[in-house]
Amino acid sequence: MDFERFVFYVFAIILIYAAGRVITVRNPVHAALHLVLAFFTCAGLWLLLEAEFLAITLVLVYVGAVMVLFLFVVMMLDINTSPLREGFIRYLPVGLVVASLMLLEMFLVVGARNFGAQSVAIPERHGADYSNTRELGNVLYTDYVYPFEIAAVILLVAIVAAIALTMRKRPETRYQDPSRQVSVQPEDRIRIVKMPAEREQS
Amino acid sequence: MIALSDYLILGAILFSISIAGIFLNRKNVIILLMSIELMLLAVNMNFIAFSYFLDDTAGQVFVFFILTVAAAEAAIGLAILVVLFRNRQTINVNDLDTMKG
Repeated sequence: MDFERFVFYVFAIILIYAAGRVITVRNPVHAALHLVLAFFTCAGLWLLLEAEFLAITLVLVYVGAVMVLFLFVVMMLDINTSPLREGFIRYLPVGLVVASLMLLEMFLVVGARNFGAQSVAIPERHGADYSNTRELGNVLYTDYVYPFEIAAVILLVAIVAAIALTMRKRPETRYQDPSRQVSVQPEDRIRIVKMPAEREQS
Repeated sequence: MIALSDYLILGAILFSISIAGIFLNRKNVIILLMSIELMLLAVNMNFIAFSYFLDDTAGQVFVFFILTVAAAEAAIGLAILVVLFRNRQTINVNDLDTMKG
């Protein structure tokens, strides 16, 4: 067993352990932290596959942004987890049966018989002067420039949607409305009452 | 050396674990969202493995876009979750029956 295979198996075992803990732990905070571990080990596996840019992106975007957002929401919401756990035992058999059936089917399709080292050749490693980021950028800004811009628009829509969903008007706070301030008329503010002059009592 | 099938089987195991997670935690929306993230991770693993073994950058570009869409999805999903909790004081899926679905 060479060193590369050893690293692969260590990362794979950690990844499967972390994924299993994500779906079984009682506390959602622990689940989020195990998901962070899963993302880190997956980034390590992607480094083995020479996808350096995406591995770094996974750590930066997922661990740095998305999982922090998850943790923030989990800790902000005061959740009583005990009613959320009921049905765990009840659905355990059907979940395991469906998952193992799917695993068996996928194993038959993608196993070593169809995609082993004999059928798909293992490519040569690139040299030290090879830049994965440069390669990715070369295709991303030429062949895939329209999908790239659509992705940017999707992110913009996500920003607007997230802010619009969570923004709320507090009825008890007072704030200025400039359009109402500039459109005010004198008769809205004061009322001139005509009344007959009164003679001073002597 | 590691063959393509090793990576694909690892992705399949990861995907099955997240399927089981959706079955087991069907009351808790947060764990459901985390299971979906795990599923996307398994799919990304397959894409990158094929990209490396077939020497084609298109797979990595695809993973790039999947990461983008998944980040947007997580942000909107969590925003919906926060609004839901603010209005109903619960995230139990069983209590969310206002639409009589």
